[in-house]
Amino acid sequence: MALLAKKQGMTQHYKEDGTAIPVTVLLAGPCAVVQLKTKETDGYEAIQIGFGETKAKRITKARAAHCAKAKAPLYKHLREFKPATLEGVELGQMLTVEQFAKGDKVHVQGRVKGRGTQGVIKRCGKAGGPAAHGSHFHRSTGSIGMRTWPGRVLKNTGMPGHMGDVVRTIKKLEVIAVDASKNLLFVKGAVPGGKNALLFVSK
Amino acid sequence: MNIMEEISKQQLKKNIPTFRSGDLVRVHAKITEGEKQRIQIFEGIVIKRKGGDIHETFTVRKMSSGVGVERVFPLHSPMIDKIEVKTRGKVRRAKLYYLRELTGRSARIEQRKHDYGTAAVVAEVAPELISEAAAVTEEAPAAEVVATDTK
Repeated sequence: MALLAKKQGMTQHYKEDGTAIPVTVLLAGPCAVVQLKTKETDGYEAIQIGFGETKAKRITKARAAHCAKAKAPLYKHLREFKPATLEGVELGQMLTVEQFAKGDKVHVQGRVKGRGTQGVIKRCGKAGGPAAHGSHFHRSTGSIGMRTWPGRVLKNTGMPGHMGDVVRTIKKLEVIAVDASKNLLFVKGAVPGGKNALLFVSK
Repeated sequence: MNIMEEISKQQLKKNIPTFRSGDLVRVHAKITEGEKQRIQIFEGIVIKRKGGDIHETFTVRKMSSGVGVERVFPLHSPMIDKIEVKTRGKVRRAKLYYLRELTGRSARIEQRKHDYGTAAVVAEVAPELISEAAAVTEEAPAAEVVATDTK
């Protein structure tokens, strides 16, 4: 099972032995099941869930009708995932943060903050040259390959360009705590995106 | 209240005494040795307090057999059993890095005459009682300290 969530920010927790651990707070769900995709009708099995209740005028009529059909709230965001089985899942059923427990490992997917155009030092982790002593080689790209052989630039060579704003999944983050009354999920470590970023949390 | 502030606040210790840079403190720190846990006391001068909320730390400096030793404690760590404030120091800096250069007599810190900590506690407990308390003590400077703390 999975949930859509909103990043709230980061804080710190102390374990009993005094170790401080970094914690990200997520507002996860509740997400209603908006659509059940089946082999017969769609060719594959999936559960579609929604997140972020909104007003009817802020979404298309098609989206509003789609949500209403499942007797679910009107959602800003929809997302589907493939469960192990569709059994026991009903249309309009609410998935909550209670499906996760302390100690579980979860995957968190989201869009990384955009960094714009960046050079090779920040984007590819290249070392760069000396700052002084007349080297004239500071932060530029430098050599990108050999000579007549191979006569081409190898694939995946680090070059300057656009950085960030891509979807990344951080796997196996430990669940530190679950607050079902406030729909909060506390995971260890950082997750993609800034504050209020939309995230997809799965087991 | 902002949800993050709320989460942070829940974790804060409530029994931390008021202390600042220049104060002489005794930190009762829990030490785990194998399976046993005991309390070790680290006594020295607070040279800085840094960060806010749950991230706050403070640094205590002492001279140990002629060598300066500094230890950074997370203020809200469960490994800190208790903080005792022995004396209040009169200093004009928030960060007392200059003490690192000094030894002996010159490294001493003058004591504060008025215990601002107690005044602050009084202010927290019952603001309405302060004027009465000030009147009873009949000490004009003490009343001033109270006034600045309640701001």
